[in-house]
Amino acid sequence: MKEFLTEHFIYCLTFFMFLLGPYGIIFKKNLVKKLMAMNIMQVAVILFFLSLGQKIGGTVPVQISGVVGAANYINPLPHALMLTAIVVSLATLGVSLAILSLIQKRYGTLEEDELLRRMNQ
Amino acid sequence: MREQLPVLIIVVPLLTALLSPLIAYFASKLVRFLGIVAVFTSLLCAVGVLRRVLTEGTWHYYFGNWLPPWGIEYVIDPLSGVMAVLVAFLSLLVLIYSGPFLREEGWLKKGIYYALYLLLTVGLLGMVITGDVFNLYVFLEIASLSAYGLIAAGGDKATVSAFRYVLVGTVGASFYLLGVGYLYAITGSLNMADLAVRLQPLMDSQAVLIALVFILVGMGIKMALFPMHGWLPDAYTYAPPAVTPFISGAMTKVMVYVLFRYFLFIFGPTTGYVPIILEVLGWLAIIGIIWGSVMAIAQSDLRRMLAYSSVAQVGYIALGLSLGNMLGFIGAIFHIINHGMMKSCLFLVTGGIKWKTGEHLLGKYAGLGRKMPLTMGAFLIAAFSMVGLPPTAGFFSKWYLILGALEKDLWLYLVVIILSSLLNAIYFFRVIEQAYLKKAPLESVSVNENIACSVACVGYNKKELPLTIMVPLVVLGAGILILGIFNEPLISNILQYAFPGGGI
Repeated sequence: MKEFLTEHFIYCLTFFMFLLGPYGIIFKKNLVKKLMAMNIMQVAVILFFLSLGQKIGGTVPVQISGVVGAANYINPLPHALMLTAIVVSLATLGVSLAILSLIQKRYGTLEEDELLRRMNQ
Repeated sequence: MREQLPVLIIVVPLLTALLSPLIAYFASKLVRFLGIVAVFTSLLCAVGVLRRVLTEGTWHYYFGNWLPPWGIEYVIDPLSGVMAVLVAFLSLLVLIYSGPFLREEGWLKKGIYYALYLLLTVGLLGMVITGDVFNLYVFLEIASLSAYGLIAAGGDKATVSAFRYVLVGTVGASFYLLGVGYLYAITGSLNMADLAVRLQPLMDSQAVLIALVFILVGMGIKMALFPMHGWLPDAYTYAPPAVTPFISGAMTKVMVYVLFRYFLFIFGPTTGYVPIILEVLGWLAIIGIIWGSVMAIAQSDLRRMLAYSSVAQVGYIALGLSLGNMLGFIGAIFHIINHGMMKSCLFLVTGGIKWKTGEHLLGKYAGLGRKMPLTMGAFLIAAFSMVGLPPTAGFFSKWYLILGALEKDLWLYLVVIILSSLLNAIYFFRVIEQAYLKKAPLESVSVNENIACSVACVGYNKKELPLTIMVPLVVLGAGILILGIFNEPLISNILQYAFPGGGI
């Protein structure tokens, strides 16, 4: 069990979260819920990258006197990459919320069925 | 200064993009001029870089002198050089074209429009010339986010289609990023050249297969490959007329270019699982070609028809990539250039007609051939090129694709290409029939007459369209002919050096 938790669990979790995205986008009828599903999908990718950088027994990648060797530090590169990815996902969220508020203002609803009906009028 | 040319391609429009809302606040006339200057500088830099690359070989630009694989590098080889010139050229033309559409807007909308447009240009140019797979993701998102914003500006229905595009596009980008994650997990590197070396002994592992599939799906969504094209027709139909030409002409093409980068330069077209993936890609391309053409025939809105035809044309390019031989690659890249110009030209025409008559429906095009001879002339050339009639450029790219298919004895591909050309002919001749053979109804009036006259010119009505709309149209129309007639020098001097193992 401990082995599962330390080795495979994080991959199962990210896989599950990643699939949650397409599921929500396809099956949920509310546009905000779709947006949340999309964001969960992005977070899954971020978690996946972060788990690549982890090591058991590794510490923060700032050099501490007396601790020598790459094995003692976790890999900082995925963290640096994911900072950028977080900014990207924040920007995506901002843009899509802005678009959602436009839709709400124009059509007065964010439910997909209702929206489609009002669009075709 | 000369040494910094590759980075100037990106930096000049990027800085202008950041400054343009501010500039627009103080001088709303100036922002348009500065935007054009920025993209023009970028185009000049791209041409300069391409010229040097052709004589001296691939140009590596290291940021802050950090050598790869640690630092980010820009790599410009003949392939990316040609793509950068194409993107900057289209961007410049459409930027000039968009002027009259924005004349009535306030400073805020103007400034933000130019900022987003320039950011879109930056993103696409960056995707083309970067040598780092994660950097490519960042540029991809810059381009996509600005495209979402631009499409959403097209009005009520545009916001809904833009939101749909945000969802689907982000799913695509996530798939791509996950694929990059797999590659990073396998090799520990993100630099393209370094990845190519490190992946060679690992090509048979299943992790590489998964990375391949994720990247194909991600980019397939972004380039509207057949089963993943759902977002495209709505987005192209409702986007504002001033941006559709650029988005349709450049964006999907750059995404296909990324697939070329991966399959030819990083994975190699013959190793490991790549041939199987390419075969799947070929099948999707074939279905996409037929499906896109058939759906295009069924449309009554010209923009929607062109959007579905884009799905088919992306299929051609994917087909060329899937052939896996030199002729196929040359045909595909040539078709990227051609289709960029043709589709931009066609959307410029629809925008121009909308400007003049306010109509998008095919039924209302009667008699336009006489009323707008130059515009419809450009449309005619572009349509002939889409169908593939010589001497327009479209004929030659299809010719290379057919040669590539025959080299591998794939007769089915030949049949599909010819069949889809016939379908293309059907839907374009429908427009041509409307425009040239039908008489114009009597009560047609120009909707923009009042606006245009209040803005500037007496005697405007005698002209077909404002000059800034006309010039890009005519340039692209003539460009398609020139590209077709002089395709041989382009291919023998540039494109055949663009691929690994080419040019011997």
